[in-house]
Amino acid sequence: MNPEGSKSFDNKTDTAGKDVLVRHVYSIEAENFSSAGEVSRRTKNLLKQLGVDGELVRKAAIACYEAEMNLVIHSWGGRLIFQVTPDKIQIITEDTGPGIPNIELAMKEGYSTASEQAREMGFGAGMGLPNIKRCASYINIQSKVGQGTTLEITFQI
Amino acid sequence: MGEYYHSVTLNKSKCMGCTNCIKGCPTEAIRVRDGKARIIDERCIDCGECIRACPYHAKIAVTDPLSILDRYQYKIALPAPTLFGQFKKLKNCDKVLAALKRLGFDYVFEVAKGADVVTQLIKEKLAVPDIKKPLISSACPAIVRLIQVRFPNLLDHLIRIESPMEIAAQMAKDEASRRLNIPLQEIGAFFITPCAAKMTSIRNPIGNEVSHVDGAISILDVYGPIASYLKIPDNTEKLQQATGAGLSWAVTGGEGQSLGIDNYLSVDGIRNVIPVLEEIENNKMTDLDFFEGLSCAGGCVGGPLTFENGYVAKNRIRLLAKGIRNKPPADSDIEYIKEHIQWQLQKNIIEKPVMKLDHDIVAAIQKMETMERINKNLPGLDCGSCGSPSCRTLAEDIVRGNASEMDCVFKLREKVKALAEEMIELSDKIPSGREGDKHT
Repeated sequence: MNPEGSKSFDNKTDTAGKDVLVRHVYSIEAENFSSAGEVSRRTKNLLKQLGVDGELVRKAAIACYEAEMNLVIHSWGGRLIFQVTPDKIQIITEDTGPGIPNIELAMKEGYSTASEQAREMGFGAGMGLPNIKRCASYINIQSKVGQGTTLEITFQI
Repeated sequence: MGEYYHSVTLNKSKCMGCTNCIKGCPTEAIRVRDGKARIIDERCIDCGECIRACPYHAKIAVTDPLSILDRYQYKIALPAPTLFGQFKKLKNCDKVLAALKRLGFDYVFEVAKGADVVTQLIKEKLAVPDIKKPLISSACPAIVRLIQVRFPNLLDHLIRIESPMEIAAQMAKDEASRRLNIPLQEIGAFFITPCAAKMTSIRNPIGNEVSHVDGAISILDVYGPIASYLKIPDNTEKLQQATGAGLSWAVTGGEGQSLGIDNYLSVDGIRNVIPVLEEIENNKMTDLDFFEGLSCAGGCVGGPLTFENGYVAKNRIRLLAKGIRNKPPADSDIEYIKEHIQWQLQKNIIEKPVMKLDHDIVAAIQKMETMERINKNLPGLDCGSCGSPSCRTLAEDIVRGNASEMDCVFKLREKVKALAEEMIELSDKIPSGREGDKHT
């Protein structure tokens, strides 16, 4: 989606004007559980190669996994962008989908709108977004009901 | 001995330069350069996967020859529990132990007895409140080294207790020295090993300065003599002392089961262990108490230095364990061990950051940027012809200065084609010679 006021994540610089040194863009299919988790595994290996501090690798990997699963479970599909600038690591998801009607509520632990199918698979505990927030330096969510959601997760290096 | 000792080595004359070994290496530690495989010392964890993968038997595990026994006055054999799974129609372990004595050992002490002790010590650790869960077994040295290289975040989950082999060596030496009144330095203890990883741990211990084991002899080197001794019918003395649970450490799940807890997970085969370690690293398994990962399929019975098929051996161990009635060590035995034996790891198990592109993060980011650019231009077939396990690793090798883009046969073909075209183009521009030359 590209709701009004949304930023583009395809430029050579990030939203703060810093040079993007590494950028990986992955497309993520809705309800494709067979490849779910692959993107976060790759991201974790990249972070290890960069020699990022162990605790940060762990936090970024957890947030990335949750963000990836959010797209698989809730959206109609989208993409996950992993990018590194001189001072931060970012994981950004952009999706088309139902959007989040009440972001404040969605940030509450235990609140979930996961489908019956996802719940049967053990998801939908309502910990996704809260977990992401706990791991990240800061997050930014923009959502339009019926259109989609953009989630920007930032880790300060 | 240098900074790195590895039991897993290459027999260069047998190496054909094929790419079978580079693909299966869990730490991407092998490259084929100039037609021969090369093991990158810093990365190798001695798991032995390449020994299994090599069709030409060019990858070998170096162990000690039996002649090493001559260096000591009093010789102790420390058979791995796996040894007992190697022989057909074995009713109990006694005869195998007697056969070891025939080979020149003065005394036999089962490593399974060490396992019985370690079991008790781990139980105590599990009861400590606020420990990092899951506790990760440190029994398989290849898995411990894998964690050092690829999962440094999990180092503080590792159990800081000596391996059954080290505990058994110390117990056996202590006992023999007191019983016979001989000094410790005249006693040699030798592990009868199913794998290369243990050999490396003796020369280059993890979490300790020196090992209490004086050498490792491959199961393959004693299999023949023991098997022929087993054919001679005679009465043997009762030598076996370990419990069935201790013996079962030879197979996957043996360690977990011996602890008497419900919430443990056992995984074998290094390819299967890696994704589970990923899960633990992602905090997905905080409700698990204990994780046991073993590098070889089936557990130690699947070790590269074993004779019998691992699954056949696994079944035999199960049947042998069933018939054992020995009791686990008493509380007083454990107290004695804690006082007289080095049972805890003395040094921290530290990270081996060999996967990092650079120690400086800014430089690492730049290298990754270059790596991505190179990788995009490679064919993405992961054919291995360049000698690196995948296109991405070749890109990494180029960035590290260990390879060039022309190592890629497809890149080279492109280049040759471009050059050839340029030559043709040039030849059109060159005048064919002075008029009249042909006629003279």
